[in-house]
Amino acid sequence: MATKIYMDHAATTPVRKEVLEEILPFFTEYYGNASGIYSIAQESKKAMEKARAQVAAGIHAKPEEIYFTAGGSESDNMALRGVAEAMRQKGNHIITTKIEHHAILHTCEYLEKHGFSITYLDVDADGKVCLKDLEAAIRPETILISIMFANNEIGTVEPIAQIGKLARENGVVFHTDAVQAMGHVPIDVEEMQIDLLSISGHKLGAPKGIGALYIRKGVKVEPLIFGGAQEKKMRAGTENIPGIVGLGKAVELAVQELPETKKRLEAMRDRLIHGILDTIPYSKLNGHPVDRLPGNCNISFEFIEGESMLLLLDALGIAASSGSACTSGSLDPSHVLLAIGLPHEKAHGSLRLTLDMDNTEEEIDFVLEKLPVIIQRLRDMSPLYEAIQKQNS
Amino acid sequence: MEYSQKVMDHFMNPRNVGEIDNPSGVGTVGNAKCGDIMKVYLQIENGIIQDAKFKTFGCGAAIATSSMATELVKGKTVQQALEVTNRAVMEALDGLPPVKVHCSCLAEEALHAALWDYAEKNHIVIEGLKKPVQDIEELHHLED
Repeated sequence: MATKIYMDHAATTPVRKEVLEEILPFFTEYYGNASGIYSIAQESKKAMEKARAQVAAGIHAKPEEIYFTAGGSESDNMALRGVAEAMRQKGNHIITTKIEHHAILHTCEYLEKHGFSITYLDVDADGKVCLKDLEAAIRPETILISIMFANNEIGTVEPIAQIGKLARENGVVFHTDAVQAMGHVPIDVEEMQIDLLSISGHKLGAPKGIGALYIRKGVKVEPLIFGGAQEKKMRAGTENIPGIVGLGKAVELAVQELPETKKRLEAMRDRLIHGILDTIPYSKLNGHPVDRLPGNCNISFEFIEGESMLLLLDALGIAASSGSACTSGSLDPSHVLLAIGLPHEKAHGSLRLTLDMDNTEEEIDFVLEKLPVIIQRLRDMSPLYEAIQKQNS
Repeated sequence: MEYSQKVMDHFMNPRNVGEIDNPSGVGTVGNAKCGDIMKVYLQIENGIIQDAKFKTFGCGAAIATSSMATELVKGKTVQQALEVTNRAVMEALDGLPPVKVHCSCLAEEALHAALWDYAEKNHIVIEGLKKPVQDIEELHHLED
């Protein structure tokens, strides 16, 4: 296959060269267990604390407020279950949204089975949470609000600072899943009054299997994993030093480069979005047109199904994803697309292209050239398209 | 997706895509909500299927099974066409991933629906053919 165009960066990213270089010595040279007192162990410990400071600096937190985990899902689980268990005496009510990642939604379902009451807020047609709805949902027994920073499918960035303010005014702990936002939009836990925040390494050029949870000093959280005294007894298990080093470096680079990355990706993204919408009829942008992740393009095409689209794109060397049922492994299309009001048949025909700095303008040109052909080819096979053509003629 | 080479071939180069003017029988099954709709057209002369065409809204497996099912019934008698079951279509495609087996059932149902239409139009009874379950209301609600 001649072309290799990777446009699924929201799924995962390649490890950055600069990150890999930092990591490698920690596999074979500085392999010491950070709990040891001998010198190579101290190297591990030093590297880990440097990474902690790098991650903290990236979100304007203190190093001691960063806890390393095995990834975004663990961070989300730890935040929700940890706060729920620690604050059970105060109340049993949690507020979240219908468009969260399954790491949040399925943890909420678990908590519901264990005596907690969850409010799942609706979002508008662009995927935004309504602050009035949020305010109305807060009760005396509300202990936690968990609302994602930016959505992984449709890219909509939520009004996090306003949510943080509302939560603080009402004395409710505020967690945000920033797995997609980290390194792509500015994050400041002080200014935005965020109490807990989840990060994943592999979404920003660090390896898979590493993540972090920011916990504001003073917020009560019970640990998820028991054992050794690592991470101040909040997360047992010998630390994944190479992963931690990689996460620190990746966050540092991403935050440093953010203004430039954001500008370039937004320009590419908008050219891609408008190029598609202008040339392909019966197509619609999903997610907020402006308040969206710099690299996210999510478009629904009527009368066709997502998996066939992905297979034809893959045959041309283009890697993308879809919210169709056939790609989700269930009979229902994406819960996010349904939550923004898309009927099932339109949700089945969605395409997500997520860009990062390794994408080029030539790749955008190639996709803009090939996609209309693919869509038309599938529509020519579709009885739904046939029906609409007959209706129109 | 762990599709066989045969499935990929029938998906990338589907046989018999299209419509037949004044078909002897036409059947549509599935619904847009689930993400699969198959429409099968049959041209039948003297009880023999001369031509078969399809239009499908669906995933790779749905398109490949439509292609294979229409290919298998061509030249067969109406009675023989009933032997083109979902199992036969799947076997001809060297299998389907477990989550995609329902797609092959849809191909069989679409074929049966077209045969039923033919039988009704011609006031004949095809032995062993049951009235197909149709669920095509979404086709008429495109504007929703």
